[in-house]
Amino acid sequence: MTKSKEARQDFWERNRKSGGYLLRKRITKVGLSICRFLLLFGLCFLILQPLLSKISVSFMAEKDLYDPTVNIIPAHFTLSNYGVAKEIMGYWKAFRNSMVISLTISILQIAVCTLVGYGFARFKFPFKKFWFACVMLIIVIPPQVISNSLFINFRFFDIFGIIRAVTGKPLNLQGSVIPYYLMSAGCMGLKNGLYIYMIRQFFRNIPVDTEEAAYVDGCGMFKTFRKIMLPEATPIITSCFLFAFVWQWTDGFYSDMFLGTTPLVSTSLARVVDGISAYIQRITGIKTTVSVAYSDAILSAGTLMIVVPVLLIYLFAQRKFVESISSSGIKM
Amino acid sequence: MSKSKKGRLAGLEKRKAIAGYLFISPFILGFLIFMVRPFFHSLYMSFCEVQLGPAKFDLVWKGLYQYNWAFRVDPEFGRLLGSEMLRMFVYSFAIIVFSFFIALILNQKFKGRALVRTIFFLPVILSSGVMLGIESNNELISSIMASVDNYQTGPDITKALQEILRTTGVGVRAFETVFEVINNIYDVALASGMQIIIFLSGLQTIPRSMYEAAEIEGSTAWESLWKITFPSISGLFLVNWVYTVVDFCMRSDNEVIDKIKTIMGRLNYGASSAMSWAYFLCIAAYLALSTFIISKRVYYYD
Repeated sequence: MTKSKEARQDFWERNRKSGGYLLRKRITKVGLSICRFLLLFGLCFLILQPLLSKISVSFMAEKDLYDPTVNIIPAHFTLSNYGVAKEIMGYWKAFRNSMVISLTISILQIAVCTLVGYGFARFKFPFKKFWFACVMLIIVIPPQVISNSLFINFRFFDIFGIIRAVTGKPLNLQGSVIPYYLMSAGCMGLKNGLYIYMIRQFFRNIPVDTEEAAYVDGCGMFKTFRKIMLPEATPIITSCFLFAFVWQWTDGFYSDMFLGTTPLVSTSLARVVDGISAYIQRITGIKTTVSVAYSDAILSAGTLMIVVPVLLIYLFAQRKFVESISSSGIKM
Repeated sequence: MSKSKKGRLAGLEKRKAIAGYLFISPFILGFLIFMVRPFFHSLYMSFCEVQLGPAKFDLVWKGLYQYNWAFRVDPEFGRLLGSEMLRMFVYSFAIIVFSFFIALILNQKFKGRALVRTIFFLPVILSSGVMLGIESNNELISSIMASVDNYQTGPDITKALQEILRTTGVGVRAFETVFEVINNIYDVALASGMQIIIFLSGLQTIPRSMYEAAEIEGSTAWESLWKITFPSISGLFLVNWVYTVVDFCMRSDNEVIDKIKTIMGRLNYGASSAMSWAYFLCIAAYLALSTFIISKRVYYYD
């Protein structure tokens, strides 16, 4: 008590000596931090609000949605929206598929991208600048431009006419997962240019000495990579993997184009609204139009079911996501 | 490295060059097969009529017919392309300014910074892929918003301010654009997660001592912002600009892409190729021009 009193007296003393400068500075500082708090609070609320409103809507029974007195907290708490959303989306099947595909695809993509990034970071070879410019190019070219041609080529898939010669007609790979795996193996998946770039930046920052020591001791190129460089690069690889997984999980574009027939959480979510009336008709046998409010409640529940796994990953590995970018030190 | 020995590299260097090529070979293969080939193939397709058969497809050369069709027969495409490019310009500008501003704030020290950062980076995850499209056509929210707007008759500072600015009569169009961006600040905040991280990582590399030295020399915070912060991270503006524009093309609420998808769904591959090429050329020209302008102003300190 006396201590704080002393501190306060000391403050006024110092303020008097500085001719009011100290007080003015303190006031500006406090004022600024209040402004900052208000601004950040508002913006954070802005970002979180849709999520919060989804949570509250998804637990409401249908009559709550039309009740003007029910605003945030549901009066008739129910889990039925989740049940309906689960039925319409075929959630567990889609979840399993998405899990398997996202995991395998992101592992494949990151494995290949690590190799390529290492090659770009640590070796000198002719036309290196040219090939790296190509990496920049795949970051910049929107995949929509080539989607037409890819689509039609996978529809009538053939390798130099071999398949046609054997079976008499080209292979139809449309709706199969193989093309996307092939593309991922060739670094042409979702945002793979970005991963190559980030991994390359990380490898470039590791000192050359360790590598050279390994060469001197007679370690081969690939062995050096596997035994010495790879353990060093674990942080960037994990975070790229997390990015790849999460983005693959929510991706609509590639999933829609190549994996159209495989039920995935991302594509099934897009069909929820259309699916509701069909679902109700199937159960009750009566053709009805679903109200906007109700379909929104179902959609909220569905979105939450998809977001929650990703959100959990993010909350646990939040540091990894952010640090990866900082540690790669993006520069141009 | 060894330019005197042209063509024949010494032992280790040669082995290293081969190893380097081996390491990047997946990329080269993928690039040639899944990028270069489809790229030119779709360019070719855009000049053709694609006829689908049961087991094959034929390309019949049509010249500029598809482009003509896209711009002059199709009722929407030209309009959508124009509005989308304008939207892209306004939003990428807003996103860059917003993310720079937020990065400046998040770089300061205050309580609960970790929490705020977590929330601001959340959109990197939440607004990716399909989520965004679902967010933007949330009809219930928009109808509620409309009814709230109708019932609200009390004093409204924003509206009053907008009215005052409108009645000045100077640059009304520009003000309208600004209002639109402010009303859609949510979209801007959602799209700028990655850019904030990139700016923040740049800000953290600026040594503190530089600001301290400037402060002792009597420079105000405002001056240090322009003389120290800005030049140090000006390269990142370019990176972020490119990232923002590319990200904008990938958004699922992009109307041009929707249009192309619809045309593709009607199996009219020639027209959809022509449309995607027109779109791509617009973006490429836009990117090249803006990158050129920005890179003129970028300050390289090394």
